[in-house]
Amino acid sequence: MIHPVPSGTRDVLPDEMRELRAITEAMRAVLDADGYGEIQTPALEYESVLRRGDPEAGRPAYRLFDESGRVLVLRSDMTIPIARVVATRYPSAEPPLRFSYFAHAYRSVRPQRGEAREQLQAGIELVGAPGAEGSAEALTVLCRTLDAAGLADYRVGVGDAGLFPALLDALRVPMGSRRALLRELVTRDFVGLRREVEALHLPADHAERLLAVPQLRGGVEVLEAAGDAASGMRELHGLLTPEVAARVIFDLGLVRELGYYTGAIFEVYDTAIGVPLGGGGRYDDLLGRFGRPLPAVGWALDVERVHSAAVGER
Amino acid sequence: MADAGLRIAVPRGGLFGETMDVLDRLGIDTAEVRANDRKLLFPEAGIITMRPSDVVTYVEAGAADVGIVGKDVLREQSEREVYELVDLGFGACRMIYAVEAGEDRAAEALRRLGVMRIATKYPRIAADFFARTGRQVEIVEVKGSVELAPLTGLVEGIVDITQTGTTLRENGLVIREELFASSARMIANPVSYRVKAAAIDAVVERLRADHDG
Repeated sequence: MIHPVPSGTRDVLPDEMRELRAITEAMRAVLDADGYGEIQTPALEYESVLRRGDPEAGRPAYRLFDESGRVLVLRSDMTIPIARVVATRYPSAEPPLRFSYFAHAYRSVRPQRGEAREQLQAGIELVGAPGAEGSAEALTVLCRTLDAAGLADYRVGVGDAGLFPALLDALRVPMGSRRALLRELVTRDFVGLRREVEALHLPADHAERLLAVPQLRGGVEVLEAAGDAASGMRELHGLLTPEVAARVIFDLGLVRELGYYTGAIFEVYDTAIGVPLGGGGRYDDLLGRFGRPLPAVGWALDVERVHSAAVGER
Repeated sequence: MADAGLRIAVPRGGLFGETMDVLDRLGIDTAEVRANDRKLLFPEAGIITMRPSDVVTYVEAGAADVGIVGKDVLREQSEREVYELVDLGFGACRMIYAVEAGEDRAAEALRRLGVMRIATKYPRIAADFFARTGRQVEIVEVKGSVELAPLTGLVEGIVDITQTGTTLRENGLVIREELFASSARMIANPVSYRVKAAAIDAVVERLRADHDG
């Protein structure tokens, strides 16, 4: 007899649990050693509180009512709950603050896509460490964590949420046309981007740059092509050790869905599987919305995908 | 593709012949693929063949690094996370809204009933188009010849692709509106797009040169 579980959820039995546990324990040891204290927050939160973080972002898929009719949601990531914790429990603590977590996040799934409704995430938030130095630390810890998880063939895509807007400024693209260009970039449509750029009738060299720069990805050499728009990424690169820098793919067209990113953005890949293992970035405005304006950076990994990648690499 | 370390998803269907020609020009030996229409996987050439609407699925999941697919199919599956890299130019067709010639029964239904029935193989494109243009419709998804649906009274109008319009004319249908123009596109998996950037860019560059030249 079969008693189904919701699509996108599953039971984990002892054999697999042992393997997942080995990965999370190895990650935990690294994060502990690097001073990232593990925290736990409730899976259920008040919707009104999470919305303060970002009305667009969280996009909680599961809402329910408590006994008195208040709207509760299942958290869709850990970044906003930790921003809440920092503002309420560490109102005057001296930054930087370092947190790690191993927690389930809940997402809606598109039907028949094999997506996870319940996702075990491992991640960090580094609060109060501004600019390239904070981002470099987060990237370094990310690579150490992936090393500890046993991955050999991972790469980290690094982009900058401010790069394309800066490029639009530099090329004096009219404000009214920018949304259409950004939409093509966000939907990963370079044919559409070409069409929109051609419709602007910019000087030929400007149009060529606007098309070419977001398609650049590779080592530090691609940052040259972006000029001043990539100065933040060049600074970040200068702070990375050679081992970490060797893992990085600078990606001048990288954009992430969540609206709260303000600077560096990360995405984690492994040659063994076709989907990103996780990602993150810098969100300097988020904590201010909870009343403790501090710059912050963080990332989250999907533990099950890390496991699949480790198995796939063998 | 195999020597570049890339696996390409190729549609068996209307785009197959020209896709093979493109791959030939990239220096891939397609003789075996052309000769063998039952075999699906060609590891030496780095080619996998499939139904056109499956190309996006395989590329999104990383089962192929790159793929060739019509914009019509790509747009119907626009939520899939793939990179659209090059317009290959061939396979040109138009997505159109058509009704039976003569009295416009669709307009009549809309006026009298407030809703018209539309048959299509592209339910999302059709629903989006009529929602955007402020018309209430019931979408009827069909898998085969869409032209049949209005002739048998199943629906009042259709949304479908057409190259020359001949099939529409032969079945007594007229084009009312054009939604967009379609052609074959090269798409890439988001992870391959980064970790195999050099190989993909080399292919893209040659395809663009090929197309523009």
